[in-house]
Amino acid sequence: MDNQGPVWEVFLQKKAGQPFVHCGSLHAFDKEMALENARDLYTRRGEGCSIWVVPSNAIVASSPEDFGPFFEPSNDKVYRHPTFYQIPDAIGHM
Amino acid sequence: MEINKFEDVFEGKLAKNEMIEPKDWMPENYRKHLIRQISQHAHSEIIGMLPEGNWITRAPSLRAKVVLLAKVQDEGGHGLYLYTAAETLGVTRDELLNNLHTGKAKYSSIFNYPTLTWADIGAVGWLVDGAAIMNQVMLQRSSYGPYSRAMVRICKEESFHQRQGYEIMTHLAFGTNDQKEMAQDALNRWWYPTMMMFGPPDSESPNSENAVKWRIKRETNDQLRQRFVDQTVRQVEYLGLTVPDAHLKWNEAKNGYDFTEPNWVEFKNIISGNGPCNKERLAARNKAHDEGKWVREAAQVFAKKRSEVYEAA
Repeated sequence: MDNQGPVWEVFLQKKAGQPFVHCGSLHAFDKEMALENARDLYTRRGEGCSIWVVPSNAIVASSPEDFGPFFEPSNDKVYRHPTFYQIPDAIGHM
Repeated sequence: MEINKFEDVFEGKLAKNEMIEPKDWMPENYRKHLIRQISQHAHSEIIGMLPEGNWITRAPSLRAKVVLLAKVQDEGGHGLYLYTAAETLGVTRDELLNNLHTGKAKYSSIFNYPTLTWADIGAVGWLVDGAAIMNQVMLQRSSYGPYSRAMVRICKEESFHQRQGYEIMTHLAFGTNDQKEMAQDALNRWWYPTMMMFGPPDSESPNSENAVKWRIKRETNDQLRQRFVDQTVRQVEYLGLTVPDAHLKWNEAKNGYDFTEPNWVEFKNIISGNGPCNKERLAARNKAHDEGKWVREAAQVFAKKRSEVYEAA
């Protein structure tokens, strides 16, 4: 008897140039309604200048159970970080 | 992994103050507790629109009217944030609404009291939203991610609610004698119901222990109630009004006020459906939902039709 429409995830950009950040979700029957609902629900006080709405079921997410094996390959690669490298003191900040 | 192992991971996260997210393993009782607490919270926001909505057409000025409209709209928004947080736990919006409409789910006892005068709108914003903020500030650090995030957003918006309420009270308390009397009358009627909002005493609160253990709540009902009284008395005194409690007294030793507990028999009566406005509130909610049925149906059909046009093109 679901008559609230499918769930959409809402992403807001606070100011031009900033990344879009997930701010919550809502129900709507189509993308126009999702966008208008997102505006009414999540930007009542100028919280954003641009909105993305995405059907929840279109989002592919990693599983917490796979956390170890999934992210492990990057954990032992300390040489990807700048602090791995020795720079002479005379050079100062680099 | 066996259940024990999952449980260790879950307990480990709580011990380290880490958040639990929707896809994480969680004990069934934790999930159930959250669904109950978050949906009750959502229902309270939605039902909470009614006592204040009652005064929108009779607000004493255009300024007061736009403020009240904005506040009631916020409450609706808060309900929606919370419903979607509850839905991340695997319950549908329809189930949640159905539980509210059939009276199966509870909402805050406070909204079963009537708003009789304009001063009640001041008292509701000041006291009821004040008490809600105290609870919600704590819930910002709740262990369940989506609930905590909804609370952060809500707390940012609530501050305006309490301030507009207190502003109404100052206008009345420093106005004519009749207005001051009206303010005192509102305080008299809302003081104890507001204290009930924190829930029954810790010794009789069936859900409190787990909620604290799981870090869903960080403080107990009694702790929050004490803080509310300590914070509010000064605000009452500023208005030149009197707390309707003959036993209210500063206790130096505990660095807080001693006060009279609300009438817990009345509280139980109200949460079991027998308060002054329970029937009226549920009837109004059901009416709004039923009368919106054709809109939902039309939107559904329209969306379907339009997607067919897209596909055909």
